[in-house]
Amino acid sequence: MFKTIVCVKAVPDTSSPIRVRTDRLTLELEGIPWVMNPYDEYAVEEALRIKEREGSGQVIALSLGDPRAKEVLRIALSMGVDEAVHISASTNDGMDSQSIARSLARVISDMQFDLILCGRQAVDWDSAQVPSALAEFLDLPHIGMVTKLKVDVVGRMVHALRQVEGGSEWVEAALPCVIGANKGLNEPRYPSLKGILAAKKKEIPEWGGGLPGNGAEKGELQASRLRILSLAPPPARQSGRVLQGEVSDRVRELVRLLREEAKVV
Amino acid sequence: MRANNSGVWIVAERWGGRLRRISLELAGEGRRLADQQGGKLTAVIWGEGWGEHASTLGHYGADRVLCIGDSRFDRFDAAACARALERLLESDPPSVLLGGATSRGKDLFSRLAARLGVALASECISLSWKDGELTAVRPVFGGKVLATVTWEGQRPWLATLRPHAFPLPEPDLSRRAEVVEVDPDVEAEAWKSRILETVADPGAMVDLSEAEIVVAGGRGLKGPENFRLLEDLARVLGGAVAASRAAVDAGWRGHECQVGQTGKVISPKLYLACGISGSVQHLAGMSSSRCIVAVNKDPDAPIFKVADYGIVGDLFTVVPLLTEEFRRLLGSRGEDEDAPLSPQP
Repeated sequence: MFKTIVCVKAVPDTSSPIRVRTDRLTLELEGIPWVMNPYDEYAVEEALRIKEREGSGQVIALSLGDPRAKEVLRIALSMGVDEAVHISASTNDGMDSQSIARSLARVISDMQFDLILCGRQAVDWDSAQVPSALAEFLDLPHIGMVTKLKVDVVGRMVHALRQVEGGSEWVEAALPCVIGANKGLNEPRYPSLKGILAAKKKEIPEWGGGLPGNGAEKGELQASRLRILSLAPPPARQSGRVLQGEVSDRVRELVRLLREEAKVV
Repeated sequence: MRANNSGVWIVAERWGGRLRRISLELAGEGRRLADQQGGKLTAVIWGEGWGEHASTLGHYGADRVLCIGDSRFDRFDAAACARALERLLESDPPSVLLGGATSRGKDLFSRLAARLGVALASECISLSWKDGELTAVRPVFGGKVLATVTWEGQRPWLATLRPHAFPLPEPDLSRRAEVVEVDPDVEAEAWKSRILETVADPGAMVDLSEAEIVVAGGRGLKGPENFRLLEDLARVLGGAVAASRAAVDAGWRGHECQVGQTGKVISPKLYLACGISGSVQHLAGMSSSRCIVAVNKDPDAPIFKVADYGIVGDLFTVVPLLTEEFRRLLGSRGEDEDAPLSPQP
């Protein structure tokens, strides 16, 4: 049976503003809606489509983090994944993505699987490291930024179209491998009412093995880590000038300002 | 691995046989960081025709260029390249290793960080030394927050640099790097994937993440066919065309054009937003642009709050007039690229 693992993460909804607390070290993340990382939705959808296409298979969703992880696993279940596992950690504000990938790899190395699907990056800390690092820790191929995926279950190969700056490339790799899903891969489904009801009844087991470093165990060979020194909002932009007058005059004035004042053209 | 010398390494990236602009930006920033610590700058490059690129990297600041001549590296594979770099680092570990925050660069650096067991700061927009420690600024939450981070523990410290965030240095054509062909002797099992076919974007005049000028359209364009107006303007300005999430989700434009938290976060010299209202997630993706112009019918659109210059009006009138005015001033450009990727042909 073809087994797919999908890694998902809870992130603040992208339409929410993010405020830095006065300590300039932490974020005010209470009171804003949390959602499944948008790129992970493509990963979940693709896993479900592979299973539907093959007519059989198993999809297991994993999420590492605080109790919010459980909520996104519930969403994954309501979309149709078969099992969900919460890898508990005191926080998922993991600036150190390498440590997160290491923890996931440790958990996954005890599992059976044919394919690992991840979102290309989480839209909170934007590191885009976990899929590649996970592949490296597990000694597997990784294809990231994927917008088309063909899985040959019998031939044990994948063909994926990867976006690169200025173009795209078809890449092949042997299964098992890690795929980083990009926007464009598919159109994620909405959970059905039946799915939502079924997901409510499902057990989500909690496994240990969250972040090393929070209760660091020996034998974790992380030689360095990133530490946040400060957080700040980006420099505020002054709202500028709204040009007045006849349209043609305004256009001419804009061009003059761009050349002579802003000096950008 | 012991890595306590003051050296800086950069990993050059190529596309279509040319050095990407980010490779030169890396050389400039690498040079600056090395000089401040009295260290040397080493560039690493691989793939067919590395010779001419090695001398270019010298012009842009590298003291030494390590060239992997092995033709198996002609087709990029992040796992094999990470293995090769690990090998090269064994004999001569620098304190800092920089790459481009590109699709390939991020893949390679994350694998390398995992191999070395070190931390990696992605998509940095500035780097600086403080008492011998390196700090980096990186936008997080799609640019809604700027994080200043540092590395704790063993070197080398790894970072990828966001394209266009660092200045393109002036080349010094008299500067010559020591060019060394190296063979990291990578075992065949290190290759994990194979590129079968590379397709350059036919529509992309200039790649969005490297463009100095970006003309972006949103819902106000009313349909995919009207992006022609933006393409005309972009062509005259030598820029790239981008789109808001609304326009991409409507299927008017490919997702590779999307600017915002779930698309590309860019900081061009000039960002022209046409018919884009300016949602929180869109503003996150473009508000670090140097100059922002907004054209929108709605005077209350949030985009005007971040725009340096605004025109409240119908984009279907304003944009063609702008194109006409710029064409009159700049002439119609035969060349699509404003800044050459590399001084070599």
